[in-house]
Amino acid sequence: MAMDGGAAAVLREAHRLTGHTDRVWSLAWNPSPGAGAGPVLASCGGDKAVRIWKRAADGAWQCSDVLEDTHNRTVRSCAWSPDGKLLATASFDSTTAIWEYSGGDFECVATLEGHENEVKSVSWSASGSLLATCSRDKSVWIWEMQPGNEYECVSVQQGHTQDVKMVQWHPILDVLVSVSYDNSIRVWADDGDDEWHCVQTLTEANNCGHSSTVWALSFNQKGDRMVTCSDDHTLKIWDTSADLSQPKTSDNQESWRHLSTLTGYHNRTIFSAHWSSEDIIASGAGDDAICLFAEDKSSMVEGPSYRLILKKEKAHDMDINCVRWCPQDPRMLASASDDGTVKLWELRGNALD
Amino acid sequence: MVVGLINANPVVYEKKERRSRQAPETTDENAAEAIDQLEIFDHIRDIKDPEHPYSLEELNVVTEDSVEINDELSHVRVTFTPTVEHCSMATVIGLCLRVKLMRSLPPRYKVDIRVAPGSHATETAVNKQLNDKERVAAALENPNLLDIVEECLSPTFA
Repeated sequence: MAMDGGAAAVLREAHRLTGHTDRVWSLAWNPSPGAGAGPVLASCGGDKAVRIWKRAADGAWQCSDVLEDTHNRTVRSCAWSPDGKLLATASFDSTTAIWEYSGGDFECVATLEGHENEVKSVSWSASGSLLATCSRDKSVWIWEMQPGNEYECVSVQQGHTQDVKMVQWHPILDVLVSVSYDNSIRVWADDGDDEWHCVQTLTEANNCGHSSTVWALSFNQKGDRMVTCSDDHTLKIWDTSADLSQPKTSDNQESWRHLSTLTGYHNRTIFSAHWSSEDIIASGAGDDAICLFAEDKSSMVEGPSYRLILKKEKAHDMDINCVRWCPQDPRMLASASDDGTVKLWELRGNALD
Repeated sequence: MVVGLINANPVVYEKKERRSRQAPETTDENAAEAIDQLEIFDHIRDIKDPEHPYSLEELNVVTEDSVEINDELSHVRVTFTPTVEHCSMATVIGLCLRVKLMRSLPPRYKVDIRVAPGSHATETAVNKQLNDKERVAAALENPNLLDIVEECLSPTFA
C-alpha cells in the first residue's frame, strides 16, 4: 500500500459541512453513487431534516438537496440501499421514510409505520430485499421490500428489555444485530422457514459484554469481526466468523465470541464506531474526540489485540455522534456532532504499519 | 394531571442569602472568566418543583454543595436529592436541571445529572435515563413534558 514515507498518521480536517440548524445525529455514504459520480453523503439530525452532500468538480463540497417537511420530529438515522437508489430515514416521529432519487429530486415513496414511538435506526440487508428498524418501544422490526414501493413487515422481535439503539445487518449474510439500552447485543436470523429468532445474546455476565448502554456496532468488510461501543467508555471486538444464519444442529455449535476490549481511550460515552475497508476502526465519543485503531499483527500470543493509531482531541466542539468511512475513498472519514457540523477528514501517513 | 401529590407535605427550608459574587481579580478583559460553583447554583436554585409552589432550593433538592465543577475540563456534575425515595418526579426534576444548564452554560460544558446516592429507590435507572442524551432529546420533543419543564424553569428567568 502506498504511504507517504514513514510519517506518523495524522487526521487532517479537509472540509466542514454546515447547514444543519441542530445537532447532527447520523451519516450515511452512498455505497453506489453511480458511474462517474463522486462520493455522496447523507446527514440527518435534530432539525428534522436530511441533507445530501456532493463533491463538485473543483473538489468543494456542497449541499445538493435538503429533505424536509416529511418527518415532524428528529431524524435519528439514515441508510442507503445497497444499490444506492433508495435512502431510508428513521425518525422520533415513529415512522421510517423511504426516499427515491428520480427526475433530479428526492421523493418520499413510502412510509413505514408500526413502531409505538421513536424509531432510532434503520438498516438494509446486503441483498437490499430486507430492511430492519428498531425503536424505544423495545422491538426490532424486519420488513420485506415488495414490488411497487411496498414494504411488508415480516417479523416483530421483542427480545430486548429496553429501547433498542441500533440495528445493522451482517455485510454478507441475512443475519441482523441489534444493540440496546439494556446493555446487550442480540443476533437475529431466520430458521430457513421465514421465522425469525434471536440466535445469540451477548451480555456482560456471559460473554464479557458491555456494562452499560450499547450505542452502535460495525462489521468489518468480510463480516468475521464486529466492533461495538458503549456508555461504559469501551469498544469491544467480537469474532463473528461462526455462521449463525444456519439452523443450529447441535448444542456445542460455534457462536460469536469476545476477542478484545479497548478501554481507556475515551472518557465519556462512545456513540459511534465504524470499520473501514482497510481495517481501521474509527470511534467518536462524548469527549469530542475521534480515535483510530488497527489490529496489532505483531502480538498474536494472547489472541488478536488492537492498538491506537491516533487520537484526535477536540475533533468537534461538542459530542461526536457518528463516524463513517467513505467506501470509495477509505482514507476519508466523515464525522457528525452536536455542534451542528459534519466534518470530512483525510487520514495521512502510514497508519497500518 | 397528578391525582394525588407524591409528597403532600414537604419540608420547606429557608432560602439562603444571595451572596454577591466577587469581581474577578484579573483586569485582562480577554481572559475567559472561570465559572464557579455558586454561579451554577444561581442558575438552578430557583427552578420550581414540578408539584409544589416552592423552589428546588427551598425544598433542599439542590444546595450549593450539589454542584461540582471542573472548569478546566469543562465538566459540571449536579447531584440532587428528591424529597421522597419513591419520587416519580425525579426524572422531571433532573430534566429541568439539564435543560436549564444546557441553556445557561457555554456549549463546551459536559453536564452530568444524578440523584444523591441512596436518595431514590430506582437510583441507577433514574441516573441512566437522565444521562442518555437521546432520551433527553426525545423527551424535549414531547410538548406536554416540555410545557412542564418550561413552567418549572420560568422563575429562573425572572
